Amino acid sequence: MSTTDERGASRAHRPDDSLARLRREGRIVIVGASLAGLRGAETLREEGFAGSLTIIGDEPDRPYDRPPLSKQVLVGGAAADRTTLPRRRAIRAHWRLRTAATGLDLTARRVRLDDGDEVPYDRLLITTGARSRPWPQPAEAELDGVFVLRTNRDAERLGRRLMAGPRRVLVIGAGFTGSEIASACRELGLPVTVVERGPTPLVGALGGVVGQVAAELQREHGVDLRCSVMVTALEGDAAGRLRRAHLSDGTALDVDLAVVALGAVRNTEWLDGSGLGAGPRGVACDAGCRAFDVRGLVTDDVFVAGDVARSPHPLFGYQFLSLDHWGNAVAQAEVAAHNMISPGPDRRPHLWVPAFWSSQFGVNIKSIGVPSMGEEILIAQGSLAEHSFAGVYGCQGRVVAAVTFDQTKWLDFYQQQIETAAPFPPPFRSVDRRPDGLHPVPAEFPDPSLPSHGPTVTLCGYSPTERRIVFTPARA
Amino acid sequence: MTYGTYLRKITDPANRADPYPLYAELRKTPVLRDEGGPYLVSTYWEIHGLLHDPRLSSDPRNLDPDAAAALAVTEEADDPTLPPSFLRLDPPEHDRLRRIATYPFGPPHTPRRIHDMRGELARIVTDLIDDFEGRDRVDLVDDFAYPFPVTVICRLLGVPRADEPLFHAWADTMLTSLDPAAAEADVAQRRRAVRQARVELGMYLSELIEDRRRAPAEDMLSSLIHGDGPDGRMSHAELVSTAVLLLIAGHETTVNLIANGMLTLLRHQDVLKRLHDDSRLAVPLVEEVLRYEPPVQLLPHRTPLTDIDIAGVTIPKGAAIWLVLASGNRDPKRFPDPDRFDPDRKDNQHLGFGSGIHICYGAPLARLEGQIALAELARRLENPRLLEDPPPYRHNAVLRGPRHLPVGFDGVRPAREP
Repeated sequence: MSTTDERGASRAHRPDDSLARLRREGRIVIVGASLAGLRGAETLREEGFAGSLTIIGDEPDRPYDRPPLSKQVLVGGAAADRTTLPRRRAIRAHWRLRTAATGLDLTARRVRLDDGDEVPYDRLLITTGARSRPWPQPAEAELDGVFVLRTNRDAERLGRRLMAGPRRVLVIGAGFTGSEIASACRELGLPVTVVERGPTPLVGALGGVVGQVAAELQREHGVDLRCSVMVTALEGDAAGRLRRAHLSDGTALDVDLAVVALGAVRNTEWLDGSGLGAGPRGVACDAGCRAFDVRGLVTDDVFVAGDVARSPHPLFGYQFLSLDHWGNAVAQAEVAAHNMISPGPDRRPHLWVPAFWSSQFGVNIKSIGVPSMGEEILIAQGSLAEHSFAGVYGCQGRVVAAVTFDQTKWLDFYQQQIETAAPFPPPFRSVDRRPDGLHPVPAEFPDPSLPSHGPTVTLCGYSPTERRIVFTPARA
Repeated sequence: MTYGTYLRKITDPANRADPYPLYAELRKTPVLRDEGGPYLVSTYWEIHGLLHDPRLSSDPRNLDPDAAAALAVTEEADDPTLPPSFLRLDPPEHDRLRRIATYPFGPPHTPRRIHDMRGELARIVTDLIDDFEGRDRVDLVDDFAYPFPVTVICRLLGVPRADEPLFHAWADTMLTSLDPAAAEADVAQRRRAVRQARVELGMYLSELIEDRRRAPAEDMLSSLIHGDGPDGRMSHAELVSTAVLLLIAGHETTVNLIANGMLTLLRHQDVLKRLHDDSRLAVPLVEEVLRYEPPVQLLPHRTPLTDIDIAGVTIPKGAAIWLVLASGNRDPKRFPDPDRFDPDRKDNQHLGFGSGIHICYGAPLARLEGQIALAELARRLENPRLLEDPPPYRHNAVLRGPRHLPVGFDGVRPAREP
């Protein structure tokens, strides 16, 4: 015992020393003041970080919840300024809101701000998230009556205009946000047209088979749904108010309100030229949330979490996944924060299985895994026709994802199937298996991305600390 | 009929007061084939997994005939007069009936029903405790934990409270079907008795339903009869089955929640004191009671539709599976220091209400009843103490709780001004 102590004490710069100093008096800066940033900050304090904590965000408000903005807020069920995120604990942070980060100096370890200030850090957590993709024609985007929906201010403005009773609402894009907005409009009794470039709503996220159900839901609820059509131009009147939309099928539509719901753009421009591996698809990081630089080398003082992160996932062939999911933001921020102040062996990989939910047209949609990786889908429970089912996606003979419409309570089972690389199609009988669920059918993704061949990887372990990966090497 | 070693031990009244060492022993074999009896599943993650596993059926018609015979449990399916309730059905029938039953009870259609009962529940509790005045001891089961939820479920459903002696006898008889030890008695005779009780309770509720059909009132039976959501209405027989289920489940489980809760508090006077000082503690405390001393100890009604591999064991299609919820709740792989009663416990996703599609339908009501009951008892009883520890228990090992809970106290503090 004594020799070990002596040897330990004689080391001038043990890694533990610097880590202990960091935990005691280090400077941690978080850029991005939304869900991931807040949960990251709370985790740092929860795990004993006692140094200074600065949170930088370009929005004026403290972190707030976004999912209600396309749902309850639009129908008047909740006020847009009342979705402030609940706090798990005090974080004693220095908040710099209404302030955007404009640059990063990796060598000097400083974040540049739009007010000219620079903030030094010992560890940096990047949680700048994403913003809504704007309408590509700036002049048309400026028309009065053209909206996007991402922030609480967006929701407040859009909600007010919906309450004012527009003649007809045009929703451009039938992804989750667009579909939820259309659902809110119908709940308010407003005439709504949805224009979607793909063959069905939600086709990119869930494929054409499930997308067809989403299309039926929309039409049954009185949505004028037009698929395989694009909006080519938005036309304003002399006063700059939106009055008409022109479509790629040659028709035009008189509308006084249009919501552009064409997905999200990741907020990485401020990192241009910094040397960090950042681009339109996000900031690349390893499974421990450490950012890569442009050379593909991993940094040890810059961490990434939430919508802006791209990280390799062992369950999906180590592809880099960007997940703009609420639950991912929380889980990844917790892992990033933990790893920022923990020694190597205590660090954890971010092994969260992708999951998201949506509620639209009275149906609760939940998905787990990566459906877009699925080549085929099997309706394992319930029926598409009844809009109540559990669908399982398979890729190369294994289960990679599942989706439920109003069948949420089964998802834990399918998560376990994904985590253990269970065979697809599922060889077993289950409750509520219908005749149309006997055989898998093509999932009908417009552009399926296939995972690489390789060893099968499964997750095991019950608690986050004992979560492990098990390799089953591919047979030659 | 053969019952294995462990089932005998679980049902042995000698183990009723403290079955937890037995469960700890069970957990050494997460999935255990009890000689000739059911498969006992005792660890948290295995139970949790099976509760969400679509290969598992709750419909007794999927039980292997031999397993069914060995169980000697009187099945609802035996009953030619009434269809099974949603408790014993699989989707899609389960989903349809439960959805219809949920329209007048909870979200999304009636989100405020339980919340709006808060004042009424508090009044019933106040009246019951007022009756303690002038006494220095009560039986907390007969004088409180039983009459409270019975009064509540009667008002909610629209069943006359005065008929309680009638349906209480039927309910008691029917619940012996959930009592594994009762299977030791004359099976044929017990089946007849249980069936008879179910028929009589069914006829009683059937008449009540006919009354409400003619003259609707502000109660759930009337809403169920006259409601019309997207799933349509229940048939008369389905209505009767559902009413039987709700009436029994609504008053035979909450009594154990309250009695187990008060027993636990009296054994942990520090927590009782904290609850006395701050009734907001009741919310996490009730969750911890549901973990620590769950009113429903095990779920005896599951069977696989196909062979299932779990924890190194293959459970064959049609076998009987018993999920020992109370053991899963004490699994150290899920809950740190599981034998400690700790109302401040974080991440307390206990199995007290089950999980998955059959998760307790009445849970929101049971939670509120438990919170109000325990908070008021803690607030109003002066220096309460156990007069008998352990108290005498009910015979039933599945719905486990004290038969009597003699409690002494120095006085009763006044009720809050309404």
